Amino acid sequence: MGLQHPGEGRSRPSFFQSFGASRSAMASPATFLALMTPGVAIIAAFFLIPLFLVAIKVTDGPDGWATYLVILTNGRYLESLIQTLVMSAGVTVVALILCGVVGMFLVRNQFAGRSILIGLLTLPLSFPGTVVGFMVIMLAGRQGVIGGISNALTGEKIVFAYDIAGLFIGYLYFSIPRVILAVMASAEKLDPQLEEAARSLGAPRWRVVRDVILPGLMPGLISSGAICFATAMGAFGTAFTLATDIDVLPMVIYTEFTRNANIAVAAALSIALGAITWMCLSAVRFFVGESADVTTRGGA
Amino acid sequence: MRRGYSFYAQLGLTVLLCLFIVVPIVMSALAGVTVNIFKGVSSGLTLRWIFEVWDLYAQSILLSLWLAVACLVVTTLAGVPLAYVLVRRPNRLTRMFEEILTLPVAIPGLALALALLITYGGFGSFRSSWVFILIGHVLFTLPFMVRSVAAVMSAMDMKTLEEGAASLGAGFWHRFLHVIVPNAMPGILAGALMVVTLSIGEFNLTWMLHTPLTKTLPVGLADSYASMRLEIGSAYTLIFFVLIMPLLIAMQMLARPGKKRHTASQLAEDE
Repeated sequence: MGLQHPGEGRSRPSFFQSFGASRSAMASPATFLALMTPGVAIIAAFFLIPLFLVAIKVTDGPDGWATYLVILTNGRYLESLIQTLVMSAGVTVVALILCGVVGMFLVRNQFAGRSILIGLLTLPLSFPGTVVGFMVIMLAGRQGVIGGISNALTGEKIVFAYDIAGLFIGYLYFSIPRVILAVMASAEKLDPQLEEAARSLGAPRWRVVRDVILPGLMPGLISSGAICFATAMGAFGTAFTLATDIDVLPMVIYTEFTRNANIAVAAALSIALGAITWMCLSAVRFFVGESADVTTRGGA
Repeated sequence: MRRGYSFYAQLGLTVLLCLFIVVPIVMSALAGVTVNIFKGVSSGLTLRWIFEVWDLYAQSILLSLWLAVACLVVTTLAGVPLAYVLVRRPNRLTRMFEEILTLPVAIPGLALALALLITYGGFGSFRSSWVFILIGHVLFTLPFMVRSVAAVMSAMDMKTLEEGAASLGAGFWHRFLHVIVPNAMPGILAGALMVVTLSIGEFNLTWMLHTPLTKTLPVGLADSYASMRLEIGSAYTLIFFVLIMPLLIAMQMLARPGKKRHTASQLAEDE
């Protein structure tokens, strides 16, 4: 899945022996250039140039260059930014706790049906946001399972798919597979003997968790948390399908662009959003190392 | 080994989390083949909704499959040589390029689509063709292909392989096509599965880039959730699951640990 080998995919010198010895088998610089041309052309024409033009486009806004600051100066956008940040952070914390316990459990215990459980938990990895939204409707919508059960038990139908709880559930739904894979990858690297040593020295369970397991898992938790957070910040399909009245930032951008044709503001907000997710992922990769591979982000 | 209450508590949480993931999938699959979901499964099972979805959305489903194939071709042709250069020539320039290459994944799809629309939205016939969506998909999936191939390439002893081939008189392109590419096949395969899966499911970019005549499967899904009865949305979701599940399972099998990639080292030893 491109996920099981964290840190493997990056080209860093440590992977390679020194080249010097025989250059005969090395392709000429011209060949290297030819090999890169298609990829470079695609990225330049369809990513770098558009990025540049968007950055310029922002200045068409009512306040010129100050349009860049609209996310901080306009109350509605600022509120949406804060809501999105809080929501994403909340989902990240809950996902980390749940997946930390479950991921560690799945790595440390062998039992019948274990691999099926892992397979099922990672199933939604590439579900589009819309499908995740629909899953929430199936769970907590008007015809949902939760409403059905509560109706049978108490005669009252519990429906929360269309408010903030539904959105939260949706974000949690697409976060779980990502986080669980990352937690399991780093849990596999932990040495069980350390825990045994701590236990044999008389440490109670909570101290083993706090002083041995958590520090070992921490890099994995931080990097998967960053991926989870960045994915949640940019998620659009789930909110779109649930059509909640909570304005997450991607929904605001969409509304500004399509309904209000407010292109400069949409561009400014997009750049702000992109900068937040990019900085969050780069910072973690810089501090924790290679394991925060953005390519585990997948769909959503 | 006796298992304490803690084992069962953790198992309970794991099963609960699994149910959270699986129950809605099963529910929607069931709703897609139920005569009337408001009356429940007791109203009978039918394939009527599936056929109705096919009548309504066959175009969008076929377009998605076509896009996935086109996306795979482009990302393979552009991505495999890129991965080779990044692994074989790790210097500041290629590393910087790799950073830029993965940016489209770090940035939300919505923002990326906006940039494409602002730049190329004015070119009418280009804007309204499927190629416009293809470009978005390629930007988003190319890093996955490159990463996957580079991972395999950096694990194989490319220097020895190439020297061996060169000493036998093979020129660069011959070496590349007949030694490097076959050895990198596991990475290409894993990348290909990822690219196809992501392309079929891509929504955030595609929703912004699509036109009424270039609707993809997920765009049609959003459309059916918003405007069709629950059974049709469910049946459509079921079709999506049937398309995507084999790919996901294949990816899980390919990524299973213990399945070591011996090809490269074996070949090196043979020589």
